[in-house]
Amino acid sequence: MISDTLVMLRRNLLRIVHTPQLLVFSTIQPVLFVLLFRYVFGGSIKLPGVNYVDYLLPGIMVQTTMFAGGQTAIGLAEDSKSGLLDRFRSLPMARSAVLFGRTMSDSVRGLFVALLMIAVGIVVGFRFHNGLLPAVGGIAVAVLFGFAIAWFFAFMGLSLRDPETAQVASFLPIFPLVFASSVFVRTDSLPSWLAAFARNQPISKIANAVRVLMQGHPRMARLGISESAGVLFLQSVAWMAVIVAVFAPLAVRKYRRG
Amino acid sequence: MPLIIEATGVAKAFGATKALAGVDLSVPEGSIVGLLGPNGAGKTTLVRVIATLLKPDAGQVRVAGHDALTDPHAVRTVIGLAGQFAAVDESLTGRENVEIVGRLYQLSKAEARKRAAEVLERLKLTEAADRSVRTYSGGMRRRLDLGASLIGRARVLILDEPTTGLDPATRNDLWDFMHDMVREGTTILLTTQYMEEADMLADSIVVIDRGKEIAKGTSDQLKERLGGDVLDIKVKNPADLVRVAELLRPLGKPQIAERTGRVTVAVKDRVAGLLLAANAIQDAAIELDDLGVHRPSLDDVFLTLTGHDAAESEAIAAPRPGRAGRRGKAA
Ligand SMILES: Nc1ncnc2c1ncn2[C@@H]1O[C@H](COP(=O)(O)OP(=O)(O)OP(=O)(O)O)[C@@H](O)[C@H]1O
Ligand SMILES: [Mg+2]
Repeated sequence: MISDTLVMLRRNLLRIVHTPQLLVFSTIQPVLFVLLFRYVFGGSIKLPGVNYVDYLLPGIMVQTTMFAGGQTAIGLAEDSKSGLLDRFRSLPMARSAVLFGRTMSDSVRGLFVALLMIAVGIVVGFRFHNGLLPAVGGIAVAVLFGFAIAWFFAFMGLSLRDPETAQVASFLPIFPLVFASSVFVRTDSLPSWLAAFARNQPISKIANAVRVLMQGHPRMARLGISESAGVLFLQSVAWMAVIVAVFAPLAVRKYRRG
Repeated sequence: MPLIIEATGVAKAFGATKALAGVDLSVPEGSIVGLLGPNGAGKTTLVRVIATLLKPDAGQVRVAGHDALTDPHAVRTVIGLAGQFAAVDESLTGRENVEIVGRLYQLSKAEARKRAAEVLERLKLTEAADRSVRTYSGGMRRRLDLGASLIGRARVLILDEPTTGLDPATRNDLWDFMHDMVREGTTILLTTQYMEEADMLADSIVVIDRGKEIAKGTSDQLKERLGGDVLDIKVKNPADLVRVAELLRPLGKPQIAERTGRVTVAVKDRVAGLLLAANAIQDAAIELDDLGVHRPSLDDVFLTLTGHDAAESEAIAAPRPGRAGRRGKAA
């Protein structure tokens, strides 16, 4: 099973290497988000004692994993439509390898994009204020969330089977979750009914966990993020576990049945 | 010869469409069996059931002694499948495509590389092997797809319309190739819509139409069922079809193919039949485009067995959703 997964991982990475345009454009997008929000909204969004870019970048890292998830859905829908999944299903290989290979290769790509965003962020003023080790932990949380949410999108791509539909459909969960969240703004600025949702939904939890790990609790507490790094970390891990526990079996079942 | 594929009573419905309504299929080891039928007959559905991609509603399938329903993994170790539409990875090179499938057949890295080179050579793709598949022509994609199904040294090749869309030269190459494979001990189950192809390749033929077997046997046996040669008349004016059929009735049971404007009838004695027909038609002053006697083709067999010609069956078959939808619900 492990060797089949590695073969599939290699296949997906080869695809990325052979279609550099796709990687370039899916990298430009988050970089644009960083630059736009930093310079367009950065001036008007004032946070007490915190640079907006320090708040923003961890959020955009999480947002990016959601957009990358859309690619997971599209990629699997493409493989389904082109008949490649049928080919794989007719081979004496592990049933889960196709999906593990996909979610893992998407995580590798996610890591690459995250590092690039941090590099761009540093150029426009982003800094880690909590030491290197927690910062690495923050990157790990963002990338692991990318892996977890890829299972949801894998299920979606396998169910829809059509890349164009998958593309449009993937925005449906992305937009409300990304914009009604703490990704761009502090949730206490939202109307109370929306704030209650925004505060507790997974994207906010993950984004806040990454923030607190990268910037330290005292700074983030000033912005209304009351939970400590440890609590946010555990909540994030719990969300990821739930997402994988629900959607990995669903996706594998969908794959097996064709 | 022992049977390497044994399917009995296979049934599969998609909603109200009965794609397979209880079909039996036996493939002796080391032979080529042709599954022949018009569009929508159920060929692909049967192939997908045998290749473990689809669970049938009823029936039994054994491949090389393994039960396809309870032990699909074992079946997958002995089969190589090339589906109706080439399943190749556009963004990889031809070599990468085949090597990856080789690895998934559990070949070692070195072995997969070696086999991939052999297979590509054999399918005349060596020159294009390191190019992106995006640059391949339709025929090259088909061959690459076939290559992927060969790399695991499958005992049974299952090929769904392997030559559809190929030019005549490439088709001939593939026919030779399939004969070579069988000489080396491989068994082939192939589907086709071309009578000529089944005639050329298959040791035995199973004809299905609308989910049911309508005939089986060797090509000669099927032709035998017609009882002789075929008198074939093409009228100038389609309005005369019925009249011509009436005139030929003394010879046997004439069949009308409206689409092509032909009337055919099986005749025991070529000369007597030809004379009778020519005289009768001349007396009736009906204008013809053509009049002749030939050895029966499978087209004639099809017409006789089903009462309509193969191409007409497509029009009769239920309207079918697009390709993506058809890959649709499997189990
Ligand atoms: N996934 C599906 N969902 C709904 N109907 C299906 C599906 N697959 C096949 N069918 C229907 O089952 C019938 C048999 O289809 P099948 O693809 O097996 O025919 P075929 O003999 O392979 O035809 P062709 O020569 O056109 O490839 C058709 O009426 C088709 O519309
Ligand atoms: Mg078909």
